[in-house]
Amino acid sequence: MRVPLSWLAEAATLRSNSTAESVMAELVKIGLEEEGVHSFGLTGPLVVGEVLEFVAEPQSNGKTIRWCQVRVAPAGAKAADGGEDVRGIVCGAGNFEVGDKVVVCLPGAVLPGDFKIAARSTYGHISDGMMASARELGISDDHAGIIRLHEMGLDPKVGTDAMELLNLADVAAEVNVTPDRGYCFSIRGVAREYSHATNTLFRDPIGHAQPEHVEGFSVQIADQAPIRDQVGCDRFYVRAVSDLDPTIPTPAWMVTRLKLAGMRSISLIVDITNYVMLEFGQPLHAYDLDKLKGGITVRRANAGETLKTLDGQVRKLDAEDLLITDESGAIGLAGVMGGESTEVSSTTKNVLIEAAHFDPITIARSARRHKLPSEASKRFERGVDPQVAPYAVARVIQLLEVHAKGAGQNLGADLNNLPAIAAVELPSGFAAALVGVDYTDDEIVTALEAIGCVVARVEGGFEVIPPSWRPDLRHKTDLVEEVARINGYDRIPASLPVAPPGRGLTKRQKSRRAVLTSLVGNSMTEVLNYPFLSEAENRWFANDSANAVRLANAMQEESSELRLSLLPALIQAAARNLSRGITDFALFEEGSVFLPDSQVAKTADLPSGITKPTDAQIADLEATIPDQPRHLAGLLVGNRVQTQVGVAAVEYDYSDAIHAARLVARAAGLELTTRQASPKGYHPGRTAELVVQTGDNIAVIGFAGELDPALAIDNNLPRRVAAFEINLEKLYAVAPDVITATPIYNYPAATQDLSLVVDATLPAAELLSIIRAGAGELLEQVRLIDDYRGQNVADGKKSLTFALRFRANDRTLTQAEATAAKDDAVALAKEKFGAELRA
Amino acid sequence: MSERISINSSTVDQVVAEALAAITAATDIAALRASRNATVGEQSPIAKLNAALKNLPHEEKAAAGALIGKARGELGAAFAAREAELGKADELAKLAAESVDVTAAPVPAGIGARHPLSLLQDQISDIFVGMGWEIAEGPELESEWFNFDALNFDVDHPARAMQDTFFVDPVDSHLVLRTHTSPVQVRSLLERELPVYVLCPGRVFRTDELDATHTPVFHQVEGLAIDKGLTMADLRGTLEHFARAMFGEEAKIRLRPSFFPFTEPSAELDVWHPGAKGGARWVEWGGCGMVNPNVLRAAGIDPEQFQGFAFGMGIERTLMFRNGVLDMHDMVEADVRFSQQFGVVL
Repeated sequence: MRVPLSWLAEAATLRSNSTAESVMAELVKIGLEEEGVHSFGLTGPLVVGEVLEFVAEPQSNGKTIRWCQVRVAPAGAKAADGGEDVRGIVCGAGNFEVGDKVVVCLPGAVLPGDFKIAARSTYGHISDGMMASARELGISDDHAGIIRLHEMGLDPKVGTDAMELLNLADVAAEVNVTPDRGYCFSIRGVAREYSHATNTLFRDPIGHAQPEHVEGFSVQIADQAPIRDQVGCDRFYVRAVSDLDPTIPTPAWMVTRLKLAGMRSISLIVDITNYVMLEFGQPLHAYDLDKLKGGITVRRANAGETLKTLDGQVRKLDAEDLLITDESGAIGLAGVMGGESTEVSSTTKNVLIEAAHFDPITIARSARRHKLPSEASKRFERGVDPQVAPYAVARVIQLLEVHAKGAGQNLGADLNNLPAIAAVELPSGFAAALVGVDYTDDEIVTALEAIGCVVARVEGGFEVIPPSWRPDLRHKTDLVEEVARINGYDRIPASLPVAPPGRGLTKRQKSRRAVLTSLVGNSMTEVLNYPFLSEAENRWFANDSANAVRLANAMQEESSELRLSLLPALIQAAARNLSRGITDFALFEEGSVFLPDSQVAKTADLPSGITKPTDAQIADLEATIPDQPRHLAGLLVGNRVQTQVGVAAVEYDYSDAIHAARLVARAAGLELTTRQASPKGYHPGRTAELVVQTGDNIAVIGFAGELDPALAIDNNLPRRVAAFEINLEKLYAVAPDVITATPIYNYPAATQDLSLVVDATLPAAELLSIIRAGAGELLEQVRLIDDYRGQNVADGKKSLTFALRFRANDRTLTQAEATAAKDDAVALAKEKFGAELRA
Repeated sequence: MSERISINSSTVDQVVAEALAAITAATDIAALRASRNATVGEQSPIAKLNAALKNLPHEEKAAAGALIGKARGELGAAFAAREAELGKADELAKLAAESVDVTAAPVPAGIGARHPLSLLQDQISDIFVGMGWEIAEGPELESEWFNFDALNFDVDHPARAMQDTFFVDPVDSHLVLRTHTSPVQVRSLLERELPVYVLCPGRVFRTDELDATHTPVFHQVEGLAIDKGLTMADLRGTLEHFARAMFGEEAKIRLRPSFFPFTEPSAELDVWHPGAKGGARWVEWGGCGMVNPNVLRAAGIDPEQFQGFAFGMGIERTLMFRNGVLDMHDMVEADVRFSQQFGVVL
């Protein structure tokens, strides 16, 4: 809500040197947050001038300029800039006559956009000032010509300060109105809040408007389909005004106030209804009375019904839309926008002014359905004071009588079905128990009365009837907020509550941290990517038929799916780093992926949020939510070791991805084993499946290796990029709760090397596990140290050399015992894989 | 018969003087060792004199033996001293030959980093875990019931429209990307035994275009305490403790009236940031309030028995003013230089 200070001052008691900033600083204390300052951004001198004479001078560029003599001060007096009383001014506009009063910006004036006015040489003259258009002053978009003050109904003296005349020095404070405070979408509401914030006098502006008796106009409410049991309209007030002069312009002060409040001047009648809406918060509509056919009925739309709204659009109506109708059919979408057929025009003489109170939900749904968030619907959605309607109409008629020469009639109607406002019980001590401040009864009563409540002391507390403009005050906690707010939140003391003893981070939370820390220790950098991908990107690593969650309102149509894998966004992040000249890096991300097990479909209507759903209902709700495991993925690009003094570069490859995965498994207390694999998106020959195991609990947790080189190159990455992705939920599920220690024995170790010749296709890990099994308990450690092929090894074979370390836990081992254990390993390898000892 | 040699103090002194001269003349360990024959070795003049002792008449043997013994002792000590001295010099020379320019030491591996947003969530979690609170989590893709209905957002309430929600297709699947971490409040109340003191950090989503201060994907941390007799004073005390832990002992907080469907009374939260760029000042930090009784009812809790408070703040915003990050783009573009300036600390 934008509040021009001059307007606010009519209802509130502003300090003499108030600025928009100081007003906002007061309002924020009471809950209206500052949004900004609006002004015309003008610096004078701006004065009223009179065109004494002009010569039209055609120019070579095809334009005709007028070389004018303009009186800017009474004869013989100094002008506002200290200069002569008559100035020569070049003007490009052609819409004025000699004798017109105009707005002259004298040298020294500054217009919006830091446009400084100075005497300057142009078209062969010295132009000593500027005659302004409405757009140049920021009053409207009108740039058809300069302002002719008589067209605004003004005839001021030459030399008059035009800033003051047109109210151009006024400024507006803009505050954010929260959804519970519809009444603050008005000068009336903001002034009331200002008085609470500053403890100063509030003068209710409706006091100037005196409703008169109305009768004789037929109005009916016939809501055939109330929404959520609420009839769409519970108050409908109309009154006629006759014999308006539609040619009279809107007064300048009203135009500038509307403009500062963020509204455009349209015509006098419309401007006055808008003005009163801003002042009282009551949306108003003016019908051309001569175009109305019979009385008014408020009802829901019928199937297939249409309405041409004021903006010229023909709208297909929904059965939930609430309509204003006459005998001709729909003439307005209630609370949202009027219809074209009864619109006021430049020939309108008689009008019917409507002020109604509509059901907020009906209006909100219609405004959303027709994508018509109007000034009216914004107010109705948040709640309009239902008692203000006759006052708002009286105020409109008062202004029409003064400014449009109209005459208010008694023809009208006041259909009033408003329910009584329910009293709210506020038990004694409840405010203190919720806020932690021991408010006295007087403080409670004073605060509630200040905001307009009627408070009665009853046994055990208070009975409070909220004011008509506060439909949000329905529960005792709502009243407590008002008591706390009016007494100031600064009064709330601080005390630190003691939570019951906590259990610290969960195993899963601790594992996550350990995992991330271990990758950082492995020279990797954590990133956080958006989870939005295109359909194609989402299937770089997933099957083409994989189900994905699709957004109904994605910000970019091409990124409307939720990720199935973390890798596509990491690939894009890597490309971004490369494009910025960073060539060697390793990225990782930990985050959710979204894995629906079938197409996302319509689900049952949601349970109410008012009471706890049944366990079955909660289970049903949970079942609609797709699985979203946390994943961890990494991408290693360029060199692990960069070229430097005495060191050659080492490129990242599949082994770095597997090592990172190994660290992740270790961080969860697990040993990683690998198997050859060729999942989608990866290099088919340089990728491993990652396996972890605790006892019988075994799981494939992901893949590590290198990206499919074609995918890497397509995305402007080098051909060889190491990558891995792990489903952390699977890892955590296998991770041991407790790691059980084995004793460390100090008897001397015996070491032996073992070379076995096997088929070249046999994975080394399989041979290694057989050696471990064959050698038995004495084997403490076995490590692959060489893979030899070539001379002395047959084609299709390879010689793998292992370093074995034996140790007994109760004696010093002899070489003979170690050799016997090794021989057992050889025998088993021979049996399983036909392995031969290398000669 | 061997030659008779005369052994007296002058012959011994001369041999000693010549040997000492040779020991001193050696300038490195190799030269010294090469001089062994000429100085102290078995073939040295003094050794030869010693060998000649046996040819001396018996009555001369004692005196000559004493002379030679003393001389040999003197020469042996001189040799050993010189050997130690030259050996040390030799060792130093070897070390000198091995020296490198340590300022040009090769880097065997790059240095990793956490993302500061992820680090900051952990840091905040630690503050609350230290107070006995627990860390709660919930799904990012959430049912509208948890995101709105259970939090007192009526289907038709304008507050529901103001959330700029990402909806899932089809819309009547009633799934949304959670617009705040508040659904975890409801989940915590449904799943846990009372009293509940939990902190919920996590990712949230709103349809804001990315610019210097907005991003459609961001992070929040939400606190919830439900117990008997909690008041807004407890809320203030908790927030003050939190603020001091985050921004230093001089930090303080300010509450301003506001509106959220799931709290009543509600407040905006400002923090006095002593380390702010350009001097200490108030900074908007988050929202908070006393949990609305309707939220407790939706979780099956009797609001006449239990009450409590909730608060929430943006992690991005906190990082921006706490660590002087000027542009949201830096946090979302995954440029490694951004995370690496923090490493593992904030």
